Amino acid sequence: MTRRVYLFKGFERFWHWAQAALIVFMLVSGFEVHGSYRLLGFARAVQLHTLAAWVLIGLWVFAIFWHLTTGEWRQYVPTTDKIVAMVRFYAVGIFKGDPHPFKPTSLHKHNPLQRLAYLLALVVIGPLIWISGALYLFYGDWGALGLANLPLAWVAWAHTAGAFLMLSFLIAHLYLITTGHSLTSQLRSMITGWEEVA
Amino acid sequence: MTTPRSVHHLALASVVALFAGGSAGMALGQEAKVVKLNTTADHTKFKELQRTFASGPEVTQACLQCHTEAAGQVHRTKHWTWEFINPASNQKLGKKNVINNFCISIPSNTPFCTSCHVGYGWKDTTFDFKSEQNVDCLVCHDTTGNYRKLPGLAGNPVAQDMEFPAGSGKIVKGIDLGAVARKVGKSSRDTCGACHFNGGGGDGVKHGDMDTSLASPDKALDVHMDASGLDFTCGTCHKASSHDVPGSRYTPSARDTKGALVRGREGDDKRNPATCVACHDNTPHKKEAGLNLHARKIACQTCHIPAIARGGVATKMTWDWSTAGKLDDAGQPILRKDTKGRVVYDSKKGDFTLGENIVPEYVWFNGEVTYTLLGDKIVPGDEPTRINRLGGSAGDGKSMIWPVKVFRGAQPYDVANQTLVTPHTAGNDDTAYWKNFGWPAAIKTGMQTSGAPFSGQVGFVKTEMSWPITHMVAPKENALGCADCHQAAGRLAGIDGIYIPGRDRHALIDLAGWAAAGLTLLGVAGHGALRLVKGRGRAAQSGASS
Repeated sequence: MTRRVYLFKGFERFWHWAQAALIVFMLVSGFEVHGSYRLLGFARAVQLHTLAAWVLIGLWVFAIFWHLTTGEWRQYVPTTDKIVAMVRFYAVGIFKGDPHPFKPTSLHKHNPLQRLAYLLALVVIGPLIWISGALYLFYGDWGALGLANLPLAWVAWAHTAGAFLMLSFLIAHLYLITTGHSLTSQLRSMITGWEEVA
Repeated sequence: MTTPRSVHHLALASVVALFAGGSAGMALGQEAKVVKLNTTADHTKFKELQRTFASGPEVTQACLQCHTEAAGQVHRTKHWTWEFINPASNQKLGKKNVINNFCISIPSNTPFCTSCHVGYGWKDTTFDFKSEQNVDCLVCHDTTGNYRKLPGLAGNPVAQDMEFPAGSGKIVKGIDLGAVARKVGKSSRDTCGACHFNGGGGDGVKHGDMDTSLASPDKALDVHMDASGLDFTCGTCHKASSHDVPGSRYTPSARDTKGALVRGREGDDKRNPATCVACHDNTPHKKEAGLNLHARKIACQTCHIPAIARGGVATKMTWDWSTAGKLDDAGQPILRKDTKGRVVYDSKKGDFTLGENIVPEYVWFNGEVTYTLLGDKIVPGDEPTRINRLGGSAGDGKSMIWPVKVFRGAQPYDVANQTLVTPHTAGNDDTAYWKNFGWPAAIKTGMQTSGAPFSGQVGFVKTEMSWPITHMVAPKENALGCADCHQAAGRLAGIDGIYIPGRDRHALIDLAGWAAAGLTLLGVAGHGALRLVKGRGRAAQSGASS
């Protein structure tokens, strides 16, 4: 017997998908700026990458405000509860058709590994990309900021490393959404807000 | 006393003037005299010039009667002395002293080279550099286009009909110097170009960014000199004071950080007014402000002069003197042309290659230029000898990325003494190379004139000379785009010391990054495949058990 829980509110879903689209676009345009291939043309890629960065910054302002005012930020506080069970599920149980060990509720939307992964994305990948990206955006003002001797290469390398981490995160994330209670239950919940839990 | 009739006329005139929108001053009925607005003097009216002149110096004497200080001013300039001591390096430069890899050097060839001297009669070392009447006013101030100075005449114009070249049977008509003198005016693209378009011995040969196509260029060729647009002359940027024309190839302004010139601002009168920044400021890009960041490290010329020799005149790219001197079966010198009629082999000079629409090379340049001069030891080999060396690096805080024409060649040198040489090429005598085709004798004469030792052993050394590019500025829509440099094989592929997005990467970060993404993909694919297989197994089992 299944029950339905309302996991993701309207804003949350909008935030998620807008952010997903922006990140995918920024990966595509960013690696073009990096010289990995030609698609939009360098000038257009830079222009749109920059525009997307500002849009994402704007989105984040709203998202941070939303997380703080709703208390939803607690969803990302790491926990060890059931973490071993989750690891065992991904490593063994999932192949045997064992039931998913984590039952999401609106207070605990993410399983402990998700919490950890999103927190890592938030505190490692995010800052790496955003600090280096902001420095890139304000390259013209480095002198005024007292950063005249900062080599652009370092900033570029950090930004590239962040992009590769984000790309790896995205690949893993896209796969792991199929590992819910059913293949599509997690995807559906991020579209409709409702998740069916066994 | 005013008669009634004239009062009537005045009244009528004022009515007409009113209807014509005339000013109150015009109402007096006296039409303002038609005058030339760009000068206060009409030289056709000067009584000093109502005569014929038998020689250049006679004209100059007439000029100096009014322009009393002009000759003295010219005497102080490089145009006159052909000598320049570089204050940074103390090198003794100037056309008189340097050696290049075009026609090589001036001493012993002086009367031919000095057809481009702003003077009369410099044929050898006896020339009097203090002579005022030997200053050539007309070569810069002619507006008729009829004033010419032929090679071999030591800077003298053809004042009377004469056979030229001597013994050729061809008669060159004498120039009416009086007519030229009565029409003098400001310098023009034609007057400056008479020499500067033809550097290196012919149209466009030397610079690549200066040739006769700039005499009347369209906008695409030069946005400033566009003859039907802004119509700048050379002097619009190279604005001279006291006949001293600013802008130097010996001490160029590689980087100008002081913004647009402002009249009255302290020090601005001592700045080079011929830089881009002198008018356009350091942040010239209004719509695309991001480009102003580029302007901190990249000379304007790099993007705004996408190619040189764009006006239909080819520039020489290489010159190999080592193949000179071949004669045909009849013992006559050879002249070989390409399909476009350009000389690519001349027994007098060797092999050439030429090119149009040439993409320049790019270097860090801080304005310091060091020459290899006569007497400097050279090291012949695979690495070419640098005729001039442009200083600069990414990190010196003074350099910008500049476009340069690099002129490559091979030229004679003294094998025993390991020095460049100054051959005697032009002349109608027993040793001139262009008449006799013998290097040792030509070099011996030349080196004697230069006062330098010569062992008699002649070899050929590979040489390179760099010419910073600054003319033929294209309209902005023809400037380089981002991808011209922001790619691995872009124009700045050879520029070191800076990170260029799209060109550069950290190999290890890229390797690790793609590996991480690839392994993640592999991991999830393996995990998914295993799920699929196991899931099917379970389905089959449950199907069998049911």
